[in-house]
This record gives sequence, structure tokens and C-alpha cells, in this order.
Amino acid sequence: MSTGRFGAFGGQYIPETLMNEIQRLEKAYDHYKHDPAFQAELKELLDNYANRPSLLYYAERMTKDLGGAKVYLKREDLNHTGAHKINNALGQCLLAKKMGKTRVIAETGAGQHGVATATAAAFLGLECEVFMGEEDTIRQALNVYRMELLGAKVHAVTSGSRVLKDAVNEAMREWVSRVDDTHYVIGSTMGPHPFPMMVRDFQAVISKEARQQILDKEGKLPAAVLACVGGGSNAMGMFYNFIDDKDVRLIGCEAAGKGIDTKLHAATIAKGEVGIFHGMKSIFCQNEDGQIDEVYSISAGLDYPGIGPEHAYLNETGRAQYIPVKDDEAVEAFEYLARTEGIICAIESAHAVYEAMQLAPTMSPEDSIIVCLSGRGDKDVAAIARYKGRDLHE
Amino acid sequence: MSKIGQAFKKGKAFIGFLTAGDPSLEKTYEYIMTMEKAGADLIEIGIPFSDPIAEGIVIQEADLRALQQGTRIDDVFDLVKRVRKESQIPLVFLTYLNPVFHYGADKFFTRCEESGLDGIIIPDMPFEERGECAEAAKAHGIDIISMIAPTSKDRIQTIAKAGEGFLYIVSSLGVTGTRTEIKTNLKDIIDTAKAVTDVPCAVGFGINTTEQAETIGRDADGVIVGSAIVKLIAKYGDDAAQPIYDYVKAMKEAVMRSRS
Repeated sequence: MSTGRFGAFGGQYIPETLMNEIQRLEKAYDHYKHDPAFQAELKELLDNYANRPSLLYYAERMTKDLGGAKVYLKREDLNHTGAHKINNALGQCLLAKKMGKTRVIAETGAGQHGVATATAAAFLGLECEVFMGEEDTIRQALNVYRMELLGAKVHAVTSGSRVLKDAVNEAMREWVSRVDDTHYVIGSTMGPHPFPMMVRDFQAVISKEARQQILDKEGKLPAAVLACVGGGSNAMGMFYNFIDDKDVRLIGCEAAGKGIDTKLHAATIAKGEVGIFHGMKSIFCQNEDGQIDEVYSISAGLDYPGIGPEHAYLNETGRAQYIPVKDDEAVEAFEYLARTEGIICAIESAHAVYEAMQLAPTMSPEDSIIVCLSGRGDKDVAAIARYKGRDLHE
Repeated sequence: MSKIGQAFKKGKAFIGFLTAGDPSLEKTYEYIMTMEKAGADLIEIGIPFSDPIAEGIVIQEADLRALQQGTRIDDVFDLVKRVRKESQIPLVFLTYLNPVFHYGADKFFTRCEESGLDGIIIPDMPFEERGECAEAAKAHGIDIISMIAPTSKDRIQTIAKAGEGFLYIVSSLGVTGTRTEIKTNLKDIIDTAKAVTDVPCAVGFGINTTEQAETIGRDADGVIVGSAIVKLIAKYGDDAAQPIYDYVKAMKEAVMRSRS
């Protein structure tokens, strides 16, 4: 059995063509992870290019309105490019450069990871191609144009259900075709080892900062931290440095779409089963023959039939809880946060905001909770308007 | 020697691939029998999968057509059983790991044995992850056919030493599908493998012309052709028997010509 496991989950289930490359990547990452010069260079990029550290914002109006635990928002939406995705994109593109790669490829759902990768590639002088499901290129047309402005080539993927899963398939096929000069910047804590660990490490800056920030503000740890989960990168980033703090509840919010009792959802933990796909053993929505399901969510970023292997493990051990949140609930939270705090967050993040709205009133005002605001919502405005029955001309 | 070894006994082998259930299970049965009649030495049967990441567009679409027909894994076992009643041609599956894992490896390989299958190719199960299937496959006498790629280098001999049935040498980088040119130094890879194993080496990915079959056959023990056959099925649907017969016959003759 390969290395890179979280309990039984994880592994390296990929075609032989990629095995030497993935082992090279594993070695390179192990090296640079402990290389002070690499870490200093990355920190410089994060602080002076990506605008870190991000704010830990006390949502006072929301707290008063909900009545209960103090609600803090970890403002990843204020990062350069507007989402947490830049943390990982800068890390991997820098690593790719150190490995002598001249070209990066990426998959993207909502387009945030594609934009982040295109940005890092432009900044670091790498060629960039992004694979995006055709359906998503329509839902997130603005992000397609942003990537093109940044010099990336965007491929609209027309296979399968034409969403994130299919974009990953196509990016993997591309990587198998051209592995020598190309690094595949996987956007979430998924895929074959070392990706789930490496992406987590690049995103762990979120909880590293947040843990210190909440101690500075509150003098004690939060009662719970919440984040939305698709593949699970912002959630792993938000959870990681709290895993050993046993009293801090870790809550992941997955996309329940039209409801987990319908076929239209992407609630992997609630409805999936153990499987092996996209390079990893984890939990996947699949049918009785092990065919991967076509999943659904209003959010293109959570519209994925699997979940990262470390989440599968945190779920199995009971360390983290995963709660399904429906489209209409996420939209309600999206509007609530805009009206109450003047913040338009990504529809992905709104899934976690919704759960915070349910949780805070049940807790003591002495306690605090942190919600990871993984991204900003500009990209979603037109789609939410459509959802509410208004057609905007962008 | 397993039954798969027999496929390489009559000289250079021709291995044909098709996807079960494309355009229907009835036709898949007919086309397997047609390929045998035309001289194929071994048949690779694809169990359709929703997300075949190692396949190019031709086989992706075949998988989709087969799934839209409602093809189930149990149907594919029944297909193998039916072929086995009429023919002793070696049969192997090509599938992805999730359908096997979800079915349950032990139950899956029990059914393989009952149906009369001889081997299995799982493109997303590299050497390090063989543990998912190795024990169950061995218990039921099913060979796990390993793949060796142009990028395998120092891994070639490790994989070759554990080889069963035949070694599947991937001709070039990328996914399945026809290529006009194959530049990889296949002879080097095959020689490296053969230094440590007696298991036959067959080359696949991208082969579609008789010229390619003849050239590659000089170094390899067999050639594997998938997309070119699946293309005929996509084009002729229920009436593909004659085109498949003509094509396989020409390819088998080409590969036999390369006998050194």
C-alpha cells in the first residue's frame, strides 16, 4: 500500500504513467516543506502579494441579531483574487517552478481556483491552462474572462455532466499526456497523495492565523469553527490547527442542493459511500454499480461527488461533523450577511454562514464561533439574481 | 502458465478491445465471436465506467453509450459466461478500480472465476495499490495485468517481476486513442522487462494501422487495439460485424508478418 494515508483513506490510485512524477512531487514537497528559504519566499508572497494575514472580523450586528455565541468571520474573501484559493495556488506554482516546470494546468469549478492559478502563473511566469466544465463556464462567465485576461487558456470541458468532476477528469488526462514540463495544480485537498496533504498545508495558514487572532481577541479558543466543504480545502485550512484542541467543534457544511432526499445534491458525507476515484480512497456519491453520480448544487465550487480523504477520516473518527445545507438555505444566508454586515460572500461560503446562523443562538454569549468566509460573492450575484427570478444583463 | 499465455503461443498476438454493452450486450457477444473468427488471440472487454480517466474520447463515448443502454456489471459477467460456452479464447476485463471495490473484491473475483474470465486490467491501480485486488484475484485464479508506461523507467523491472498474464506496455504518453506516430523506444522498455520475466509483452495505446502493427510486432509479443475497433462499432452500430472482421483479419496478418 502506498503512503499518504489518513486511516484507510488517501493513497495514490493513478495511472502508471504518472507514478514516477507523483513520487518526484512527493519528494520535492517533503524537501521544500522543511526548507526555510522556500517557506520565507512563500510567506513573502502571501503577505505582500496576496494580502495576508486575512482579517478575523467580529460580526457584531450578526451576533446581536442572532443572540448567542459571538460570530467571527475569517475573511479569506479579502485575499487577492477574492478567495482562499490563492494560498494554495501560490504555494504549488512556486513549488512547480522550483521543480523546473514551465507550465501549469488546473481544474476549476466556480472559477476561483482557476483564477488563483492563472494569477500565480502570470506572476511567476508560468504558462497556464485551465479546465472548466462547460456548464460552469456559463454559470461563471465572468471568471472565464478573468482567467483569459490573466493570460490563461480556458478549456470548456464537454464530457460527462460538464461540471467540476469532468474538469478534474480532463485535467488528469492532460497531465498524463504532458507530464515532463507540466505540474497539475489540484485546487482542493483531494487527488492522489501528496496533494491532499500538500494543499492542506498550504491552506493551514487560515487556521494558524485564526487561532492566534481569536486568542488575542477573546483570550480563549472558539467553541466551534465552520467552513463549507466541496473537495474540502478551505475547511481543512480552517480546521487543521484546531484539530488538537479537542473542545473546539469542527463543522463542515456540504451542499445539499434541493435536499438530500432528492437526487439533486452534492452531500458526499451524508449520502456517499467509500470508494476509489480521482486518485484517492475516500467517500463518493455513487450508484449501486460504483458509477460516480452526477451531483448538483447551486454552488459550482461545491458541486463535486467526493470529498478529500482527510475529511473522510475526520468524519469517521468523529473529530469533525458534516452537515448538509440546501440551496435555499445558502441563498438565505447569502442575503442575510449582505443586509446585516454589508458583506457579499461567495455562495459556497454562505453554506457555512447558514449553519452558523442556526448554531450561534443555541450557544452562550461567552462563547465564540468562527466561520470561514472562503470567498467573495461578486461572481455569484448574477446567478443568485436568476435564482430569485431576475435576469441581469452583465 | 495461465490461459492468457496460450494467446501468445501461436506467434505474435493480436488483442482486440471493445466495451461491453456498446451498442448492446447482444452485439458485444457477436463482435467478440467475430474477432475470434478473424484471428484475434485474446479479447479485452471493457466494463463501462462513468469516468474513465485513462481513455480518450472514442472509448469515453462508448462507455457512455453502454451505460445509457443500462449495462450493469452483472450483465458483463453473463456476457463472459455466454462467450465461454462457445469459445476458449482468453478473456480479460478492462475496468476502473471503483466498480470492483464497490462490488467487493472477493465477490467480484469469485464471479470472474465462475464466468470463466482469465485476467483484469485496472488502469488506476498502480503497482503500489495492487493490495486492493491481489489476494482476491489470486484466490480465484485471475491474472492482474500490469501496465508499464514510457515514464516507468526504474519501475519497469519491479512491475515486470510481479507480472501475470501479460505485461501491457503503454506505447506513449496520454490517453487511449489512435495516433499517427509512436516515438517511444519500445524495444528498450521491452528488453528491460524481458531481462527479468518470461511473461509476454503486448503494446497498446494508439495503434490503428497495419503498418504500426507490423512495426511494433517486431519488438513486442503482441499488439492491443481498442479505439480503432470501437470507432467501427460507433460508425456501423448493429452492422459492424463485417467491418470488424475485415479489420481484425488485416491487423492479425500484419502482426504475423512481423514475426522475426
